[in-house]
Amino acid sequence: MSIGLEHFLLLSGVIFTIGVIGVIIRRNAIVILMCIELMLNASNLALIGFSVFSGNPDGQIMVFFVIAVAAAEAAVGLALFVVMSRNRKSVNVDDFNLMKW
Amino acid sequence: MIEIPFINLAVIYPEIAIFTASVIVLLVDLFMKGEKQGTLSTITMLGFAAAAIIASRQWFHFETGFSDALIADNFALVFKLLFCAAGVLTLFLSVHYLNREKIFRGEYFFLILSSTVGMMILASANELITAFLGLEVMSVPLYLLAGYDKKKLLSNEAALKYFLMGAFASGILIYGIAFVYGNLGTTNFDEIYRALQGKTLYGEPLLLLGLGLILIGFSFKTAFVPFHSWVPDVYVGTPTPATAFFSIAPKAAGFAILFRLLFKAFAPMMPDITGILWVLAVLTMFAGNLIAIAQRNIKRMLAYSSIAHAGYILIALTTGTADGAKAAILYLLAYTAMNVGAFGIVILLGREGEKDLSIAGYSGLSRRHPIAAAAMALFMFSLAGIPPTAGFIGKFYIFRGAVSAGFIWLAILGVVNSLISVYYYLRVIVIMYMKPEAESDRVITYPLSLMVAIILAAWGTVQIGIFPNSWLNLVRDSVSGFF
Repeated sequence: MSIGLEHFLLLSGVIFTIGVIGVIIRRNAIVILMCIELMLNASNLALIGFSVFSGNPDGQIMVFFVIAVAAAEAAVGLALFVVMSRNRKSVNVDDFNLMKW
Repeated sequence: MIEIPFINLAVIYPEIAIFTASVIVLLVDLFMKGEKQGTLSTITMLGFAAAAIIASRQWFHFETGFSDALIADNFALVFKLLFCAAGVLTLFLSVHYLNREKIFRGEYFFLILSSTVGMMILASANELITAFLGLEVMSVPLYLLAGYDKKKLLSNEAALKYFLMGAFASGILIYGIAFVYGNLGTTNFDEIYRALQGKTLYGEPLLLLGLGLILIGFSFKTAFVPFHSWVPDVYVGTPTPATAFFSIAPKAAGFAILFRLLFKAFAPMMPDITGILWVLAVLTMFAGNLIAIAQRNIKRMLAYSSIAHAGYILIALTTGTADGAKAAILYLLAYTAMNVGAFGIVILLGREGEKDLSIAGYSGLSRRHPIAAAAMALFMFSLAGIPPTAGFIGKFYIFRGAVSAGFIWLAILGVVNSLISVYYYLRVIVIMYMKPEAESDRVITYPLSLMVAIILAAWGTVQIGIFPNSWLNLVRDSVSGFF
């Protein structure tokens, strides 16, 4: 059986959905960040799939930009979590509830 | 032999000016000893001034560069000028505040400058990946600005919420870009426009999914209902001058890219998505205005009011006409002036530790501090859209654009919302002028930098309101070549 575009898209769709569900139901900020990384990597997979099966190399270049952005976001996010865990001894999002509408 | 392609750097001259200033700020902050706030703010100011001068000299040049990934047409330039103005005004708001809260560090200026670089890229992006990169360069410094007061739990919470929501939105956005790329084989706006000829949105499931995800991603950034839930918490927790910056510049950048995306790249699809934009606009206006009525904290009220104002600009986006784009730019200019002014007064009346933010605490302000009360009244009148202020002119052109494009009901609902908003803006004025003086040990000093910001904002509010002609010419020129 050969691997076609639909397999790429199916896998990327599954990974993206896992990421979105994780962002919604998990309470630990670091796990949420990991789920966001999953979403970005699902996009990378879709970009690569489209690029390979259309013979247009642009998509593979875009992946490098997305990886760089993911790294920058992770750096800033982890720095914020360090500050929070110093002040609150916790990175659980439910503990950050000073404001309610 | 590999040909070295010609790179037209002119298209990013303003970005280069600001980026250079940001690097100099970091180096000076690192190596300079002693009192450095004056030096750093001067460098920042010079960076913004240089970028503004370069941008205004490129007017009508229509530079393009980097394989058409960036375009510096008048539409991009007017936004670049707006970001420079917002940056300078934020700087004036910040100096006194940072000293009062004892949180001055050199990175503050770096974060504002580097975020502005991202906004400028976003405004001149003519390609989806460039837009994504611009959005990230804009957002990442903003997450840090939200958590800038790092000893304070409120600021931590704001940064956490902003970061998680923003990163989540970027994930959605890039997934949408992947599908648009997969369906059309290109991410360049002009090529997207050509590739879309003869296609219908509902005949192409991948394209529908892609465009939908892209719209959701940008809706988080510009805070349309139902993607607004982070706004009030982030605005309250963030240091007040940074809140003023948040409410103006990133929002304008989001609208710049939405206009270019929907009016240029996806113009053939516009009739199909008008209905969705219509619903978003109505939801955004009603939710923003109705929840703002219930607020007791002035920053929270201004947060919901900023959501409502995004709804008014969304009306202009929905019309899909040149008149709509002009009205939106005019509205963003007016909103910049009046919102900076309102936040300036909030800073002026605040106290160390972000105290004194309740609206009830302003009672009887007019007797002891008549100037501050009068300025606040001016900005509240303008936000409510009462003539002869900038807010009225902005709303007038937005509603007129909607009516002439045939969106009568949208205009009517917009006017209804303006009337609702009068209630909570005028309540501030009533409390300041007609309630007996509150027991308060409030001591107001009038620091020079803050007064400069408030006076500039008041000048802009009155100027756009009474002499709108030169501003109308400016916005007319700014959409030339765009349609």
